[in-house]
Amino acid sequence: MTALDHGLGLGPVMVAAGCGGTGRELASYCGPGGLDGLDFVTRSITLDPRAGGPGPRIEEVPGGLVNAVGLPNPGLEHFLATELPWLVRAGVRVIVSIAGATMGEYADLARRLSRAPGVAGLEVNVGAPDDAGAGLFEVREPYHSASVISAVRREFPVDRPVLAKLRPDVSRIVEGARSCHEAGASAVVVGNAVPAAFRDGRSGGLSGPAVAPVALRCVAEVARVLPELPVIGCGGVHDLRSANAYLDAGATGVQVGTALLHDPTTVARLRVALAPHTSPNEETR
Amino acid sequence: MTDVPGVQGPVHVEAEVVATRRIGGYRHLTLTAPGVPERFRAGNFVAVTVAGHVARRALWVHRVRASSSFGPTLDVVVEARGSGTEWIAAQPVGARVALTGPLGRPFALPKDAVSCLLVGEGYAAAPLFPLAERLRERGCAVSLLVSAPDEARLLAALEARRSARSVTVLTADGSVGVRGTVAEHVDDLLARSEADVVYAAGPTPVLRAAAGAAERAGAWSQVAVEVPAPCGTGLCHGCPLPVVGEDGVERVVRACADGPVVRGDRVRWDSL
Ligand SMILES: Cc1cc2nc3c(=O)[nH]c(=O)nc-3n(C[C@H](O)[C@H](O)[C@H](O)COP(=O)(O)OP(=O)(O)OC[C@H]3O[C@@H](n4cnc5c(N)ncnc54)[C@H](O)[C@@H]3O)c2cc1C
Ligand SMILES: Cc1cc2nc3c(=O)[nH]c(=O)nc-3n(C[C@H](O)[C@H](O)[C@H](O)COP(=O)(O)O)c2cc1C
Repeated sequence: MTALDHGLGLGPVMVAAGCGGTGRELASYCGPGGLDGLDFVTRSITLDPRAGGPGPRIEEVPGGLVNAVGLPNPGLEHFLATELPWLVRAGVRVIVSIAGATMGEYADLARRLSRAPGVAGLEVNVGAPDDAGAGLFEVREPYHSASVISAVRREFPVDRPVLAKLRPDVSRIVEGARSCHEAGASAVVVGNAVPAAFRDGRSGGLSGPAVAPVALRCVAEVARVLPELPVIGCGGVHDLRSANAYLDAGATGVQVGTALLHDPTTVARLRVALAPHTSPNEETR
Repeated sequence: MTDVPGVQGPVHVEAEVVATRRIGGYRHLTLTAPGVPERFRAGNFVAVTVAGHVARRALWVHRVRASSSFGPTLDVVVEARGSGTEWIAAQPVGARVALTGPLGRPFALPKDAVSCLLVGEGYAAAPLFPLAERLRERGCAVSLLVSAPDEARLLAALEARRSARSVTVLTADGSVGVRGTVAEHVDDLLARSEADVVYAAGPTPVLRAAAGAAERAGAWSQVAVEVPAPCGTGLCHGCPLPVVGEDGVERVVRACADGPVVRGDRVRWDSL
């Protein structure tokens, strides 16, 4: 299906950052082919290990989840030594999501990942729902994300994609996407969890079917104004219909996050449904 | 739906309710779930999809039967107390639910025929019953301590008499058995049973008391923790369990995938 070929060397369905565990856990739910050829975005990796936030980290709300997981990850070194080689051996197409507190950290991460065998591309987390609260580089203005993207792009080979993952804020999304594109992003992922609060008032991010209309609006705007920039829709994809809504709005692919927590076979089923040889109108369930 | 070849790893299947009975304050459901009973080991749990909910609900597996008129089945014990557990408990015979399992690390079994004390409270005592059977098959002497707030929430201690050498019943209100809590009685019982290994399943205070008693007596302990698990499959990192690793380094692991059964002396109880 040429409509889905965004020139990034990636398939139309990817696992969204932070919703596929270490990747290994998905193997049981991917059918006989296992993880081979899976487009997998890792949870955001930071230079140093992070334990993540205290519990409860996730609260259920109608149509979604509010999360403040806090980017738990083993740090770059451990990731490079253990998780990455395992995923590469399993045939996974690994997109490493990176997060940092400073532009220097983003550049360091990109430089070291550019030398690691098997990294298919980077996804730069520049739209976390509570970036400052999570100790990340704070992105308020389009030039904040653009400067991070150019720092990353300078360190990462041009033949491999750098994706900019943006907050689905319709009042800023076109500007944000344009600046990231100009800074060298190969594509934008729209969007992340939506800034929200737990019932007790703590900050978090809302994800799941409830946010799909919000992200869809943002995707449509970006696709309309910047037709030359590949856009990957992310937010509430859980079946063929919700995936097709993004593709119809001009997205070149989708990412699946929260739906995997509800049904770990979602990505495997969508990969089959959106594979070039099947009719796009045919649900597989 | 996807099924994996081989018998390793969990499966995500459509389960069917084949029997449902109320026993005291709990609802016991028997389900067919192709591939799950075959892979089960004591201490595993399943994650169930509740209609209209994004997060899943974890349930201990209480028993598996290798064959019945429905084929292999598994039993779960539900205490209806919130939106999800009420929905699950209300499912009639013939209802179909999406279920993933078996999930989590099971209880580790001793290599030798040692003496074991099993401590459980409320519905969470469920995984101790299949554990007791496995231990007895290995020639272990099993003592069982089951506790509950009241008689209605005491998990069928009667049937455990088949696998256990001794069964002690505790209720908080004294409605049956001895009045009191696990924390008040576990040291004493551990001394009397001369157990080398303590297995515990229940609310955190029960696990902590059992792990503490084991440490004082120089016994090993294995505890099955219950940290609210949004997905149950290890994907979301939403069920933090603070532990100390073998290397002495403090870590936060996923209760669902790196547990739920862990060594009692590894849990940082104050941070839980
Ligand atoms: C490993 C494990 C095994 C379990 N085994 C059993 C069992 O055998 N029988 C049984 O009745 N219950 C069991 N539980 C608890 C059960 O999964 C939750 O209590 C249940 O999700 C409460 O949900 P609810 O929808 O009824 O309540 P609600 O209050 O509607 O739940 C709201 C949310 O809180 C979460 N939640 C609240 N309390 C807990 C808790 N104590 N544990 C986990 N999640 C919680 C739920 O997942 C849900 O997202 C187990 C939990 C875990 C982690
Ligand atoms: C539990 C959880 C963890 C997440 N972790 C990350 C992360 O590490 N990095 C990131 O960029 N996004 C993270 N996200 C955001 C998702 O990747 C996704 O963008 C968002 O949830 C919206 O998509 P969805 O509705 O399909 O989940 C996380 C989301 C959830 C629910």
